[in-house]
Amino acid sequence: MKRIYVDEKWCLGCRLCEYNCAFANATSGRDDMAKALKDREINPRIRIEEGGGISFAVSCRHCDDPFCQKACISGALKFENGQVTIDQEKCVGCYSCIMACPFGAVMPSDGTAVQKCDLCMQNHQGIPACVEGCPNRAIIFEDREAFA
Amino acid sequence: MKYLIIGASHAGIACVEGIRSQDAEGQITLLSKEGHRPYGRPLISYYLEGKTDLEHISYRPESFFADHGAELRLNTEVLSIDAAQKTVRTAAGEEIPYDKLLVATGSVPFVPPMEGLESVEKKAGFLNLDDALRLESLINEKSRVLIIGAGLIGTKCAEGIAERVASVSIVEMMPRVLPAVLDEDCAAIVQAKMEENNCRFYLGDSVERFTGNSAKLKSGETVEFDVLVLAVGVRPNTALLQAAGAEIARGVKVDSHMQTSLPGVYAAGDLTLSHDVSDGGSEKVLAVLPNAYTQGYTAGQNMAGLASNFENAFPMNAGGFFGLHLITAGSYQGECLILPNEGGVKKLFIKDDRLVGYLLLGDVRRAGIYTSLIRDQTPLSTIDFGLIAQKPQLMAFSKAERAKMLAGGNKA
Ligand SMILES: Cc1cc2nc3c(=O)[nH]c(=O)nc-3n(C[C@H](O)[C@H](O)[C@H](O)COP(=O)(O)OP(=O)(O)OC[C@H]3O[C@@H](n4cnc5c(N)ncnc54)[C@H](O)[C@@H]3O)c2cc1C
Repeated sequence: MKRIYVDEKWCLGCRLCEYNCAFANATSGRDDMAKALKDREINPRIRIEEGGGISFAVSCRHCDDPFCQKACISGALKFENGQVTIDQEKCVGCYSCIMACPFGAVMPSDGTAVQKCDLCMQNHQGIPACVEGCPNRAIIFEDREAFA
Repeated sequence: MKYLIIGASHAGIACVEGIRSQDAEGQITLLSKEGHRPYGRPLISYYLEGKTDLEHISYRPESFFADHGAELRLNTEVLSIDAAQKTVRTAAGEEIPYDKLLVATGSVPFVPPMEGLESVEKKAGFLNLDDALRLESLINEKSRVLIIGAGLIGTKCAEGIAERVASVSIVEMMPRVLPAVLDEDCAAIVQAKMEENNCRFYLGDSVERFTGNSAKLKSGETVEFDVLVLAVGVRPNTALLQAAGAEIARGVKVDSHMQTSLPGVYAAGDLTLSHDVSDGGSEKVLAVLPNAYTQGYTAGQNMAGLASNFENAFPMNAGGFFGLHLITAGSYQGECLILPNEGGVKKLFIKDDRLVGYLLLGDVRRAGIYTSLIRDQTPLSTIDFGLIAQKPQLMAFSKAERAKMLAGGNKA
């Protein structure tokens, strides 16, 4: 199964992944990043942690045994074909998934529902925008289990 | 293989998913006393609040049963289990055989005797969708609603209807709201939030006598109301298994595979006893959904032949009241660290180098990182506790641990 992997030694902390994520999931201004994101506080689904000279990006791990999905009271979180996705129409915003996720990778959206990385499978992008735009290949989308 | 599941709610559905993770063939039948397709039980208050509707409240898509090759039989109550013959008997008198049985019958309401209760005309419970629909049919914008019980069910009910009725009064025997989940300080914050939103509390009080639409309280106060909601408490629904001869204490005893003392008979969800890892393994009823799901899934795997274990249960609750978010987990024991938290408060409970519990009110972002410290019983001396206490973050873990989390382990 292809997953997003983050190698912190290559992360520059440039936060391009956050911007690319916010842009990929923006509801308006799809052809112009500046228009879509200017003067907005972005709320990306991937987040940089930074400190003491270290930085790395965190987004949904798409766990094989997803605690978030087990804790979901509405059935809005689904685990199918190795991916955890959220149906924001069903989500009531109880935040049980935020309570359950060991990585802190499910987060409030700007509305009632939570949001999380869907590997850009539900937006227009088709492949993860964070991966595509990472200038130092610190975020990689590949199948590592085959080698494990 | 014939799998039979009594109760088609969270634990029952999880069992289907657990079975199908191992066995694509066996025949699965679910029997439900209710007339509705499985729905998110906690969503009944969100339904009244207008945050979900009768379509979105479904716990799984309509195609779920066809997709999983499982038969759902609604309006089918089981009256008895014959564990020797491996059959159950329904209220309609039908006898249904099984090879592996899951009992997932949840909770039953517990209403202490209250004088004059029969004189109240408009009353409802608040445990299932029929209760919510009934309550909805009883209320209008002029209704004065009286709720008995300020636990999770009573408070969520209050939130659900607060905007739709004239007033909500809540009587609770304990001196604070959400007594099982919150300590005094946090309870006071939640109470104030609810009071801003059309709720009025009578704490440390109880009803002495109902006379029609009037409740006389022990304190001497009188509350006039139009509609009464009984949300006092729940008990494990152990009746079927008790009669079948399974070992029962305060709830049904199960092993780490979710098997009861009767071979081939499993139990999962609100009717069982769990061992709480956050307080040294003491036996208790953990009637919360994540526990019901995990137990049901584990039961399903084991019924289908995979020896999996569920051994790290602990209490956890997430929810919000009128926009104030709240997440709690574990046990409130040991040393308590009180830390600033945007819009509320944070308390971390530390014992023997472990995080054993926490309370978060207000900013709850990334709370699951704290939850995982409880679940994994992570020695705090192996992480940067100062950092993680400020804010839940993966930076507090060692580089090697982080590589496992984010970079797929060995390859990092
Ligand atoms: C209003 C409310 C709010 C809640 N909020 C939360 C929350 O925010 N977070 C959380 O974690 N938990 C919450 N809970 C608790 C949560 O709903 C339960 O922990 C969960 O539903 C347990 O699932 P279960 O499958 O064990 O049992 P249940 O969901 O109780 O289901 C048991 C089913 O078995 C059926 N049944 C019983 N006896 C028989 C019989 N003899 N024959 C056939 N069928 C039978 C019942 O009709 C029922 O459908 C809430 C509960 C309520 C009522």
